[in-house]
Amino acid sequence: MATPPDSATGPEPDPQKESHGWKWLLSTPALLVLLVAASGPLMIVAVYSFLSPGNVGGVEWDFSGDGWFRVFFSRDIFDPENVSWNWANLNVFWRTISLSLQTTLICAVLGFPTAWFIATRPPERRALWLFLITIPFWTNLLIRTFAIQELLRGNGLINTILVATGIVDEPLQLLFSNFAILLGMAYVFLPLMVLPLYAAMDKLDFRLVEAGYDLYASRVRVLWHVILPLVKPGFVAGSILVFIPSIGAYVTPRVLGGGRTMMLGNLIALQFGQGRNWPLGAALAMVLLIIVMAALVFYLRAVNGEEGKRRG
Amino acid sequence: MKKTLVSTLALLASAGIAHADGVLNIYNWGNYTSPEMIEQFTADTGIEVTITDFDSNETALARVRQGGHGFDIVVPTHSYVPIWIEEGLLQPLDPEIVTDRGNIAPQWVDVDFDPGREYTVPWQWGTTGIAVNTSVYDGDINTADIIFNPPEALDGRINVIPEMSDVMAIAIYAAGGDDVCTDDMDVLRATRDMLMEAKPHWLSLDYGTIDNYVAGDILAGVYWNGATMRARLQNPDVAYGYPATGYPVWMDNAAVLADAENVENAMIFINYILQPEHAAMLSDFARYGNGIAGSEEFMDPEMAAAPEISIPEELVSAGRFNPTCPQEVQDIRTQIWTELLQ
Repeated sequence: MATPPDSATGPEPDPQKESHGWKWLLSTPALLVLLVAASGPLMIVAVYSFLSPGNVGGVEWDFSGDGWFRVFFSRDIFDPENVSWNWANLNVFWRTISLSLQTTLICAVLGFPTAWFIATRPPERRALWLFLITIPFWTNLLIRTFAIQELLRGNGLINTILVATGIVDEPLQLLFSNFAILLGMAYVFLPLMVLPLYAAMDKLDFRLVEAGYDLYASRVRVLWHVILPLVKPGFVAGSILVFIPSIGAYVTPRVLGGGRTMMLGNLIALQFGQGRNWPLGAALAMVLLIIVMAALVFYLRAVNGEEGKRRG
Repeated sequence: MKKTLVSTLALLASAGIAHADGVLNIYNWGNYTSPEMIEQFTADTGIEVTITDFDSNETALARVRQGGHGFDIVVPTHSYVPIWIEEGLLQPLDPEIVTDRGNIAPQWVDVDFDPGREYTVPWQWGTTGIAVNTSVYDGDINTADIIFNPPEALDGRINVIPEMSDVMAIAIYAAGGDDVCTDDMDVLRATRDMLMEAKPHWLSLDYGTIDNYVAGDILAGVYWNGATMRARLQNPDVAYGYPATGYPVWMDNAAVLADAENVENAMIFINYILQPEHAAMLSDFARYGNGIAGSEEFMDPEMAAAPEISIPEELVSAGRFNPTCPQEVQDIRTQIWTELLQ
């Protein structure tokens, strides 16, 4: 931490330097907020992950690595000497990452044409289209998720139409499946992909596209070799924005997955609630944080790599 | 530091509310407190009531432990009552004001979790059993096999409430265990294997499913008696069974917090709900029994005669109160649960 210059120690304080020192102090409210509101709670979680579970929730202030041990390993409950990977937890991690990547992919595939459509409208119309994209955000997440449940259920709209048109004989079990979770997450997070993609396309120099056609590139080649590289930063930013909330999703797997299988968010909630093992829950929360940080590192690399290439 | 901050915030929040005598803050499960009864209480006593919801015993305990909560009355489940008492979070009921503890039905007075009812009075009690749609299933409804070894007709249409302790209890009893907190590995192994084999036959593990039972989307499941009754009132095919191998009985109890600000009002409220006509209002709303003798005659007649409330004589002994398990055992149970939902 820097301290304000003390005029008593320096023989002749540099006025320039002094004013810099005080200017720096102006940012202390912001730094304090960051420290107290962002890092503080995280530090508590980090510290709790190394303590022992208290009696029915809470923690005892005894150091213990047991929380972290249980994240990755399990003693066979029927043979405590036998330590193995905790496949139950690892399976939950894997499902979480896999569903989040699939969600990101679906959002990218659906988001690209959407963003392209908006970016190629006349400028005065674009604001309206963007505005329409944000409409789902006006409604609470939980309510939107229950609305999807209504669509998917046995006597819901989709099944009613499918049965009425004779495509299927009896209602499909759409609800309470990985498909339902994916559909819900893709729907909820799609705008987070469309907006950065649109921002990237908005800046796209369409003369380059024309140049591609002039040089006899096919439509596919122009898309692949001209447009996609130019909007890549939008893809990367959108993927991060979709991936991070997906990985911590709690409501969607609970409501649309019917609670049959857990995602990481649900596993953490289980440990803090019914499992009453806060240190294990805190360690699992730190794992979630580490996955998010890994994704961000990937993002920074991808973006910096892009800039490096351009400068080179 | 954290404590000071929280209590300062609570102070700021409560500054808006007049600190008159006529206030009472109740901390209770959501959708559980009869608004009619509260209205009448305010009309009778002039005390204004504020209700705050919690969604689990763990949440309630964690919040009150922090202090500065501003609540006067809390309604924990029997298994948690000893913890609340041991940690000094409750205060003994004032015999000067709470004069009608004699109204408590005899079987609910000398309970293990609060012998002699020194700290708590009954709020509502119920059972966790089996809900089943009898239009597709005509076998015995008083068996856990409906869940753990389901017949063809119910396959894939079963919902199990994601309430670990209730489900583990029914499963352990069905697997031949006697004590829910057992550390008998043979019993636990049998329980786990039974759960793992049963899960592919289940549709979901979800809470709010009354509508699905009514619509016939869900044909059977582990469910609470009161919720099953609400479903049956809309669809007469839904029946409630008590697993003969054993099923959990629970009771939520009202108590006054040690750091309550409106102690006298809280004691007045406790005595108020001991009156049969008021306890009956609680039951009419939440659809559970209330443990107050003579309240039946004030209840909705549909309620007093309900099969979900009156347990068949031969199955009464299969109902058991579950304690909270020690952490080592709880960890094993959570591990089995995680394996089940991985």
